[in-house]
Amino acid sequence: MIEFKNISKTFQTKEGEVKAVQDVSLKINSGEVYGIVGFSGAGKSTLVRMLNGLETPTSGEVLIDGTRIDQLSGEKLRTQRKKIGMIFQHFNLLWSRTVIENIMFPLELSKLSKKERLEKAQKLAELVGLGDRLHSYPAQLSGGQKQRVGIARALANDPDILISDEATSALDPQTTDEVLELLDKINQQMNLTIVIITHEMHVIRRLANSVAVMEDGKLIEKGPVSQVFTAPQEELTKRFVNSEVDQSQTPDIQKITADLIKKYPNGKIISLKFHGDQVKLPIVTEMIREFPNLTMSILEGSIHQIGDQQGAIGTLFVQLLGDAHEIEEALNFLNKMRVETKVINNG
Amino acid sequence: MGNQGLASYFKFSNVNWPNVWTAAWETLWMTVLSVVVVAVLGILLGLLLYQTDGSKNPAVRVLNWIVSFFVNVFRSIPFIILIVLLLPVTQVVVGAITGAKAAIPSLVVSAAPFYARLVQIALNDVDGGVIEAAYAMGASSWQVIWKVLIPESLPALISGITVTAISLIGYTAMAGAIGAGGLGQLAYTDGFQSYNNAITLAATVVIVAIVFVFQFVGDIITKKVDKR
Repeated sequence: MIEFKNISKTFQTKEGEVKAVQDVSLKINSGEVYGIVGFSGAGKSTLVRMLNGLETPTSGEVLIDGTRIDQLSGEKLRTQRKKIGMIFQHFNLLWSRTVIENIMFPLELSKLSKKERLEKAQKLAELVGLGDRLHSYPAQLSGGQKQRVGIARALANDPDILISDEATSALDPQTTDEVLELLDKINQQMNLTIVIITHEMHVIRRLANSVAVMEDGKLIEKGPVSQVFTAPQEELTKRFVNSEVDQSQTPDIQKITADLIKKYPNGKIISLKFHGDQVKLPIVTEMIREFPNLTMSILEGSIHQIGDQQGAIGTLFVQLLGDAHEIEEALNFLNKMRVETKVINNG
Repeated sequence: MGNQGLASYFKFSNVNWPNVWTAAWETLWMTVLSVVVVAVLGILLGLLLYQTDGSKNPAVRVLNWIVSFFVNVFRSIPFIILIVLLLPVTQVVVGAITGAKAAIPSLVVSAAPFYARLVQIALNDVDGGVIEAAYAMGASSWQVIWKVLIPESLPALISGITVTAISLIGYTAMAGAIGAGGLGQLAYTDGFQSYNNAITLAATVVIVAIVFVFQFVGDIITKKVDKR
């Protein structure tokens, strides 16, 4: 288990003090995928880099499995670092080394024979799907392939923890998905604790069990991904979640909504939000059967699986036409079925 | 004198070719030996400058300041003055003040600081993220030097030593003028002082050929190690 206790970090710069991290406390369970989300400069990298001593806290304690690690130095620090793999936004591979030589780098730091190093690096290259590119140089690889090398290198010393520092931020969506899939596979196969730093909410949704949201060095919200996605508390969290699951604010939707309201003044535009098992139930059909006089047209819908497998989250935009009283009844019915409803505009 | 005029350049009958080859050989080994010493010293000094730069430890800052100061001073002294300045030192170290051997200390003292600066620039160009990644994997400072800094800056280190070697060839010629031997001395004493322009031309052609070979070999190796 990883514990951050009341961590603060202050940098002295020419412009004065910068409070990068302010009184952050956080627990990450072993085997968990923990996402830390926030805009750049929120302090998430600074916080997580304390795990392998790339940063040291100004105050507070960092513990891994009950052992203080923020005060380690020299040989002890290096031994600790070998138990933590890290992947980076810009991959940070050595251009002077081939794929297999890059993967062998951390193994050279541990006392392994050359034969063992080769065997292990080869296995890892195959695990990440680069078994046929062993002797290519990074310059000959695509971004996704480079990150695969980065992942293999990070896993070389059988770490307990893998830190992913914006590892997919420099990749296109397709490649991002492939890398996330690989990380998911690794998490399940190796029972590794993964700490993900990102500003992309879909990375959290795809992979994480728990999430913490940081803003201006402070931790403003944390919890299981399913909870944070379905009931975000803070304004920033809502923005992050909505950017991912809510398409209602796109100009297209707004335009069409406005047109419909003008055309059908007695109709109502309603957003329905389904969580968990409700996404799999035919709730809308039941509503139509219950209120056969209502007319419904579907404007937009989306559904997202949440990473911790506790369910999914779906949104649906519909227009209901009919008697005002009956529409009211229909909304009550939906609420009874535990579907969140929100009238967008009464017209 | 009778052999003045442009035609004098081409009176190759006046050239004692075995002397030219002996002189070329002297120039070559003076250059190669000093390049080897300069490479080692320059990389060590460059690493020292790189590692001590921007440190918060006052003692390390003083060290950086001292090394920087000496590097700058010796880089600023014109070579011909440096040789004369170092004559007593050369006498003590080598036991002589003429001959190819005696040229080595001043060649090294003038070129090593120059190369040290090139090494420092090359090291500064190594991607900071890669160095951070190596530390994050548990590498020690020495492992970072051997496994990251030097391999990742190798093309710049090699092109730097090529440039240094070529200026060293120039310096050996200057040293030759005051008795170090080699093509410089040949051109100066057998050519200039003996009014034998053909020998000066022959020495020039040979020295240019040596420079070209160094540049060519340096370029090839730089290209070969650069996998970016």
